[in-house]
This record gives sequence, structure tokens and C-alpha cells, in this order.
Amino acid sequence: MSRRIVIVGGGVGGTITANLLARHLAPNEAEITLIESTGSHVYMPGWLYLPFNHVNASGEQIVRRERDLLARHVHHVIGEVDGIDVASHELHVHLSAGRNEIVGTGGALEAIYTYDYLVLATGARLVSSDLEGLDGTEGKWHHFYGTQGALQLRHALHEFAGGRIVIAVGGIPYRCPPAPLEFTFLLDEWLRKHNLRSKTQIEYLFPLPRVFPIESVAEVVTPLLEERGIDYSVFFNAEQVDTERQIISSLEGEERPYDLLVVIPPHRGAKVIEDSGLGDEQGWLPTDRQTLEVKGLEGVYALGDATDLPVSKSGSAAHFEAKVVAHRLVAQIRGEQPHGQHASYDGEVMCFLETGNSQATQLVFNYEHPPRPPRPSQYYHMEKQLFNRAYWYLVPQGLV
Amino acid sequence: MPEQTEIAVDKEIDARGSFCPGPLMELIRGMKALPVGGTLAVLSSDPGSAKDIPAWIQKARHEFLGAFPQDGYTRFVARKAH
Repeated sequence: MSRRIVIVGGGVGGTITANLLARHLAPNEAEITLIESTGSHVYMPGWLYLPFNHVNASGEQIVRRERDLLARHVHHVIGEVDGIDVASHELHVHLSAGRNEIVGTGGALEAIYTYDYLVLATGARLVSSDLEGLDGTEGKWHHFYGTQGALQLRHALHEFAGGRIVIAVGGIPYRCPPAPLEFTFLLDEWLRKHNLRSKTQIEYLFPLPRVFPIESVAEVVTPLLEERGIDYSVFFNAEQVDTERQIISSLEGEERPYDLLVVIPPHRGAKVIEDSGLGDEQGWLPTDRQTLEVKGLEGVYALGDATDLPVSKSGSAAHFEAKVVAHRLVAQIRGEQPHGQHASYDGEVMCFLETGNSQATQLVFNYEHPPRPPRPSQYYHMEKQLFNRAYWYLVPQGLV
Repeated sequence: MPEQTEIAVDKEIDARGSFCPGPLMELIRGMKALPVGGTLAVLSSDPGSAKDIPAWIQKARHEFLGAFPQDGYTRFVARKAH
């Protein structure tokens, strides 16, 4: 009897899971459906480069059609999941009009998908209203956690003639722990190249007692900030942004003025997760660290940014998790015991941290072992550039 | 001392098994939501909390009421001062 597996989310985690399942399960074993809301697959690490004009925004580096990345017999549905009923194993979906080959729904846009197994790869979302002063003032502050935002920031940088630039991490957790620091290093490089660095003060604001969550990494990057004359303040938990007076203030009672503000907005889990009652206070799914099952639910897995796991919210974690989810699901369907390398998730993450001037370091770690980042070098920068390009041919398809 | 571990609080957050920066961020979030004068306890099994939690409470000018070792974790108690 063919089991119905439904995956919600078309990011790197959901896409790899769908493709691995399609490779390992025969059609008479399972029917695989992936539901996502945009029709597009975005390579989010590309956003970092957009403000510095390194990448053509409309180009294939950043976004491609999700359908092109999925194995042929994965059913691809473009729509918004607006309800999850775990008791009846049902998803309420608002289908995207005209974008699906809909047969037999009579043109109706509301559909119900039933599942035997569910994979929630619903990601994270930016909630600017969680930081007072950001909501309704878009344009007076900037971010690069989205294509539109990154393009607006690119525009603002091109108009920038000197002054104080503040980069503030507005909440924890946030996607890609290295990115705000990478942005800061690339900004420093960009300003030097454009003869603006001597007219600019850069300050980096971070909520924790060091500039990066992991101590061994903070020890490598802090000297680099100091070498380049980049100011930083730690234990700065942003509480309010006053876009009129151009001041950002913290819970700890400190204030920083700015001429240009780049914020990493607060993150929460997907709205449907919050609304369904499945998530915690911030909308993250309580997930078993090893099996990646959602706690308390039978046959429901979570991966990627959507979980509450103490790992970096990153494509890398989602990638490693997807292999485990696919393996465990196949085993579950066949009534076998999971075994081998992908039987459980050990917290593995592998990512790069650009430090500017065509250099980068690499962070490799898991639950047991913190990273020991090597001295930044051109080698790791080139490896990251290569990955940025090779991604589209190897990663979503589940080939690596 | 035994009686000090029983300081009653308005809210208790169990962050055991959560890794750095989990317990610290739970504390910061919890303090943010507390009314002035309210008390909060965070349970943490992360060794980094012993340094980070009192340090933040001091920086944020709240009242640190103590760190009470239990079996395999520590109970950090604070009062929101402003």
C-alpha cells in the first residue's frame, strides 16, 4: 500500500528530503508531495553579496524554479498551508491560482491534503514588529535577509557618502550566524575600495557577551574587527529603533546613533506553525535532537530553520538533517531499523565565514565538538565561491 | 543552603539540555516580559551560564538573587529592577 508522504517547504531541507525519498522509495511504496508557497527556490547565501553588487539580482545565482530541482515523480504543489491538523493527518492548503496543474478540484482553490507521514521544513520568517520601531518604517532601516531588502540596501550604499554605519543583530536565533559578521567585513572592504572608509565609522552590535555565539569562532574574528578599526559592542540586546532621531537603544540601557542602520530583524517560526499550536513561544517546533521527530507526534518530522534545535539555522544543518529524515522515513515505511551514517543526526554543520579581502574560514562542528576555525585564507573563500555556483547542480537534488 | 534554593519566583524557565546561548537568551526574553519587581528563575545545565547569566544581569542593572547548584544543573534567580 503506497504511503502518502507530504513535505511542507521548498527550501534546501524540504527539497533534498523530497529528492532522496523519491530516489529510494518505489511508487508503490510511497507517493511524495512537496507543498511550498512561491514556486521558487532561493539560494539565501547569495543575498550577502547583493548589496555589494557582486551578483546580478535577476540572475540564476540566487533563484530558480522549484519544479526544475525536484525529481520528476515528486508531486509539486504551489500553495500556502494555512492549517495543520495532526489529529486527522490533514493539511489545509490555499492553492496558488493558475500555477498548479489541478485536476479534478473543479477549480476550487482550497484543498485538503492527507498524509501518512509529514515533514515540516517550513523555515523561519522575519518579524520586524518584534523590535519596536521597525514596523512601518521600512526604507529608514535596512537588511539583507531578502532579495528586496538587499537591493534597497545596495541602493542606500551607492548613495552613502560617509558617516556612521551600525550593524545590529536584532534577536537570537537568526538565520546563518556568520552572515552579519560577513556583511560587516565585506562592507569594510567595499568602503575601502570606494575611498569611503576613512569617512565612515562602523559599529557591530550583538546580544551575547561576545561577537559570535561560539567562543572559538569569536576568538578568531574579534581580532579581525579590531585590526580593521571596526567598533563592536556586546551584550547589546536591541530594544528600540528611533528612525526619526536615528538612534538604536538596548535593554541594557545603551544607545547608539547611526546614519545608516543594517538590522538582522527578529526571527520566528512560520505563521502556520504558530497558529497550529505545534510550535513553542517563538514558533519553533520541539524536535528530537537525534531522530528529528517532532516531540509528541507520530510520523511527523521537522528539519531546517523550523526546529528548536540548538544548531545554527543554516542550509548546512538542513542539508545534513534532510539525509537523516529521509533515511529514517524510508526505514519506518519498510519496517526496518535505521542504521549507518544517517540513522541519526549528530548536530553536524559545515559552513564558511567570509572575512573580506577574498579570504574566509570554515566552521565544522557537531553537538559534541565545537569548531576549531582555521586561519582565514583564500582557499576557503574560493571553496565558498565554488559552492555558491555548484549548489544548483548538486545540493537540492540530494547528490552530495 | 537548602532554604535558599526554594526562593519562590513569578516565572521559572527550564532551559536544561539547551545549549549556549539558549539559557542566556531564555533569561533575556523572560526578563523582557516580566513586570518591574517580578522574579524569574532559569534552570540551566550549560556550563557557560555560570559566567554569562550573572554578567548579563549585572550589565542590564537587574538584581541577581543567586545561582543555586542542583543535581546536574543550576537554578539562576533574578529580579527585574526597572
